[in-house]
Amino acid sequence: MLTAQLPEFNVDRDEDRCIQCRVCERQCSFDVYGYDVQNNVMIHKEENCVACQRCAVLCPTNALVIKENAYTYKQNANWTREAISDLKKQSETGGVLLTGMGCDKPHKIYWDHILINASQVTNPSIDPLREPMELRTHLGRKPDSLEVKDGKLSFPDYPKVELSTPIMFGAMSYGAISYNSFKSLAQAAHEYGTLFNTGEGGWPKELRKYGSNTIVQCASGRFGIDLEYFNDAAMVEIKIGQGAKPGIGGHLPGEKVSEHISLTRMIPEGSDAISPAPHHDIYSIEDLQMLIHALKEATDYQKPISVKISAVHNSPAIASGMVRAGADIIVVDGLRGGTGAAPKILRDNVGIPIELALAAIDTRLRDEGIRNWASLVVSGGIRNAGDIFKAIALGADAVYVGTPALIALGCTVCQKCYTGKCAWGITTQDPYLTKRVNTEIGTQALVNLLRAWSLELKELLGCGGINSIESVRGNRLQLRGIGLESWEMETLGIRGAGQ
Amino acid sequence: MNTAQAKKANPRKGLSPRQWIKIDASGMYYKDLNRQIRGLAEQGARKFDLQNVYGQRYIGTNLWATERDKIRIRVHGTPGSDMGAFMDGPEIEVYGNAQDATGNTMNCGKIVIHGSAGDVLGYGMRGGEIYIRGNVGYRVGIHMKEYDDKIPTIVVGGTVQDFFGEYMAGGRIIVLNKFFEGNPPVRQSYFIGTGMHGGNIYFRGDVNIEQIGAEVNVIEPTDAEWKIIERYVHNYCKAFDLGERKVKLLKREKFWRLYPKSTRPYGMLYAY
Repeated sequence: MLTAQLPEFNVDRDEDRCIQCRVCERQCSFDVYGYDVQNNVMIHKEENCVACQRCAVLCPTNALVIKENAYTYKQNANWTREAISDLKKQSETGGVLLTGMGCDKPHKIYWDHILINASQVTNPSIDPLREPMELRTHLGRKPDSLEVKDGKLSFPDYPKVELSTPIMFGAMSYGAISYNSFKSLAQAAHEYGTLFNTGEGGWPKELRKYGSNTIVQCASGRFGIDLEYFNDAAMVEIKIGQGAKPGIGGHLPGEKVSEHISLTRMIPEGSDAISPAPHHDIYSIEDLQMLIHALKEATDYQKPISVKISAVHNSPAIASGMVRAGADIIVVDGLRGGTGAAPKILRDNVGIPIELALAAIDTRLRDEGIRNWASLVVSGGIRNAGDIFKAIALGADAVYVGTPALIALGCTVCQKCYTGKCAWGITTQDPYLTKRVNTEIGTQALVNLLRAWSLELKELLGCGGINSIESVRGNRLQLRGIGLESWEMETLGIRGAGQ
Repeated sequence: MNTAQAKKANPRKGLSPRQWIKIDASGMYYKDLNRQIRGLAEQGARKFDLQNVYGQRYIGTNLWATERDKIRIRVHGTPGSDMGAFMDGPEIEVYGNAQDATGNTMNCGKIVIHGSAGDVLGYGMRGGEIYIRGNVGYRVGIHMKEYDDKIPTIVVGGTVQDFFGEYMAGGRIIVLNKFFEGNPPVRQSYFIGTGMHGGNIYFRGDVNIEQIGAEVNVIEPTDAEWKIIERYVHNYCKAFDLGERKVKLLKREKFWRLYPKSTRPYGMLYAY
């Protein structure tokens, strides 16, 4: 059928540089390139190009430049190019628009409107290169009070996990991402002393040796779950919602359910893996309490149980309910949280930014005197160590990162994860493509990322004269707002720059 | 299985695995009851007779035992919700009614309920068998699945309610639609098998087209399936001493098979 879509990108090939080596053709998983034998030239199907830049990076003569197509409809602030082409796509197919990665709309990024304090004269700053700096973080319930009994400190010993740095890898299932990517995350978490999250795709047996660095998920599809799965992990997470698509479930199409994925998820090969929108055993806070305690029973009260929701309008009240229901850790995923596949309409319009949700939840739990009952982990839109520092100062105990980890593995955020054709071998199950992630190199890249951000966190601590990340938690005096309305600063609980 | 789990599954000898151990659960907190059972199982006990059970949750949840070395629990009274949640092996027999979420995400084992059961029974169940003499509530058998040699099976003697077998991805449920204790059903159920994409429901008695989800087909069971139905109805009658009713229940013309039209009900929804 003739499409009214214009190619989104142009392939600009410098014919003088091109040596017809056909690397671009072999590397492109979206079928952009072909080779004309008679004329010895490369041919392009630009309408297939997604700007993943795989060809440009691997071109040995730098002959390729992938550019945004310059085509323009008549300028219109309302009917943008994106709005018109989305609509055309839908009128041609009658389907829900799918997309991958987090929301790319220009909603206000609050991290960029928050500035961090530093020590000058009245308190000395600390040089992290020469003085000890503590990033170690414990997640789990903390006691209400400490008691001294017979000269000894006594307090209830709640199950907890220890992280060497307050950065964890967020839930990305084996199925959504390739085996090599999944394994790289597991190995990097193990090497650096933090945790990675299996998502709801089961947990391959041979990776269970990294159990003390693994969070397993119990989501609505209940894939790959048994008693061993829970007990081999460091922590169990009940997944209620995801920032990219609050309120809807997941759907791994049957063609992605290969032999090994079927083994891991414990479902037949080639069948759809559908995670329902709600957990059908959770229709209330009381039901959530029931599942939290079922998991505590199933793990002998040895593992912290976390509950993950997406940031929505009444998150603070829900968070309070979750904590009271017995969650040891609550995870909140914001508007810009990533996904392997989500309806575009939900990703771009549903939920609220994590910065506001985080501050509101922390405030609410403090006001209710239950902040120590649970740790607070946030995710969705963390891009660098500055964002992490600000999140912790707003009240988070730790953060999950997903997209940054994938970028470290090669991702260029082209948003085509849902096609299963990822040219970087990350969000695909095609054996020809998955080889492109080498687990050794991938692990090293992820460890590098953790190390670099941890060093930067220490620099940020040091410049403020603080030597432990614990002293920054909920320390909103370290932050000032810029370019924010008064209601925004009130929600964030910070003052304006200069105030 | 890690070492702690292996220890639980292979207990040190102490208590006799053949002797029924009586536990009076009256006034006991569920945590203490389950801990006591676990502790005794670790010492080698395999048979538990729970008296005066009154709403204690998660019975059977965290008990490790090998297939050869089955744990058996008799429950007198009314167990609480999530009985047999995540259960992996034990056999539970309830002399009374069960509450909600029985057999939640159960992996292996057997539950026999001599009364009726509440909502969300067998949610996400991947293996094992559940027999209910009487009726069940809403949302039963949601997202049941099967894998390899594990085919979970539920047999309901009485009636089912709405959203029965929703999202079903595998396994089998047999509904005998017997009027429990002579009482006709309070209401007709709707949305049976909505979103179903695997497994089979065998329904005794008529089912109207408006009762079932759009993703479901109705057909007569095949000969091979009839053998399965016969086997499970036999098990059902045996479990509840209903031997003489078997002949009456097993009339092939009364049974319908409900199965998914497609294993990919939502494949055509999206624009790429």
